[in-house]
Amino acid sequence: MKPAVKRIIFFAALIVFWELGSRFELWHETILPSPISVYDSLVAGFADMTLVYDLIASFRRLLIGLAAAVIIGTGIGILLARSKTADETLGTLVLALQSVPSIVWLPLAMMWFGLGEGSIIFVVILGGTFVMILNVRTGIKNVDPLFIKAARTMGSNGLDLFIKVIIPASVPYFVTGARLAWAFAWRALMAGELLSSGPGLGYTLRYASDFGNMSLVIGVMIIIGVVGAIVDLMIFQRIEKNVLKRWGLET
Amino acid sequence: MFIEAKQINKVYYDKNNKPNTVLKDIDLSIQKGEFVSILGPSGCGKSTLLSMIAGLVSSTSGDIIVDGKKVVKPGKDRGMVFQQAALFPWMNVTENVMFPLRKEMSKKEGLERAQHFLKMVQLSNYPSHYPHELSGGMQQRVSIARSLAMDPAVLLMDEPFGALDEQTRSRLHGQLEEIWIDTKKTIVFVTHSISESIKLSDRIIVMGTRPGTILTDIRVDIPRPREQHRQEIAALEEQIMGLLKTEIDKVIDEEQAYEAGS
Repeated sequence: MKPAVKRIIFFAALIVFWELGSRFELWHETILPSPISVYDSLVAGFADMTLVYDLIASFRRLLIGLAAAVIIGTGIGILLARSKTADETLGTLVLALQSVPSIVWLPLAMMWFGLGEGSIIFVVILGGTFVMILNVRTGIKNVDPLFIKAARTMGSNGLDLFIKVIIPASVPYFVTGARLAWAFAWRALMAGELLSSGPGLGYTLRYASDFGNMSLVIGVMIIIGVVGAIVDLMIFQRIEKNVLKRWGLET
Repeated sequence: MFIEAKQINKVYYDKNNKPNTVLKDIDLSIQKGEFVSILGPSGCGKSTLLSMIAGLVSSTSGDIIVDGKKVVKPGKDRGMVFQQAALFPWMNVTENVMFPLRKEMSKKEGLERAQHFLKMVQLSNYPSHYPHELSGGMQQRVSIARSLAMDPAVLLMDEPFGALDEQTRSRLHGQLEEIWIDTKKTIVFVTHSISESIKLSDRIIVMGTRPGTILTDIRVDIPRPREQHRQEIAALEEQIMGLLKTEIDKVIDEEQAYEAGS
């Protein structure tokens, strides 16, 4: 059986079980609404465009934050890989900060940037930056010394060696870094939106929760999960696979 | 002399700051156009010596002169082929061969040159393939074309066929011999295979280990193509085998002593 077929059967079974459970009142509708009411609230949400505006607003923040995270992460990552002193000082700070969930920065961010876009984007940037830094740093440090030796015998050195050989050789790590940065940024975005003002998927989730609209809560959760999975599978894993193959790292 | 090594010593210090002499008093001279093999058991410093000629490793004492100039760093006058092809995976075959040329000539000239040398290694049908799409032997041929394309005075080869299967290796021996005859390059070829060195080279420098020294310098006068002179090859093989036997025993003894001591 093809994996796609297995997947369809699995999810169909899950939804059927969920619907049957609601029909036979194994749980109460206010605790876990049935898939049909979730579907209805999703349709209503898209019909009056609120979910569309939410998606647009969330993606806007995500793209800005992720782009900044990738750029800053690449810059600092290169610095850490090239300078031993930076690695021993700033590198330690990066490692420490990396273990702090970025959402805990939100109170500070609100003091600095106010209760709006700025704070959320700041949290998204922090969410993605550290993992990008660490991957770029590892990638550049792990370039096969043979590539460097070969390039040097061909007259390449200094900046030319760095730009023409070391950077392209570490591209697989850049891609993995960007994929992880996206995953962290997406989570940070949802957390940030839950705690701030709208529009945005996270904001709508909290809004629905405040009004006891559990079917919309679940609907938004499903959107968050589906968007996350689609972006990861369709974009990042695909790029990563191609790069690993080209770079001869996949067996 | 075209390549000259004078009193080369190389000492590494291990973790406990104990000196480990890799090369001791190496004197070597190689003439222009010669095909010289450096043969020895693993650990005799033959690759280190080759890396020194390339300018990738510095000596503890002693100088290497190539074409009248002291070697201080790598340069395009000395092409190097490694055991692994070391092709850049993000570039296709042609781009790889053009890599050393991109600064000194126009794209068009570089392309023509790349095509010429790819033809020489019989890979003109694979210009846009990527390294991962080629077999090990093909990758190594691209790597040879890449070195030749920058028109080095010397081609340094560090066990270039060591990672290939027997049949591929034997075919590449023939190709390399032809390339050498065509281009008249000076080739310094590091190997641990006795038959490979006899098959290819004008001279065999046999090295011993711990510390790495030159045991003897054998001139190979067997006419080419050499496959037709099996008896002479066999006789020479036996002679070198005898020389290396004591060296290999030395390595094994030392390793056993080390294990017993630790």
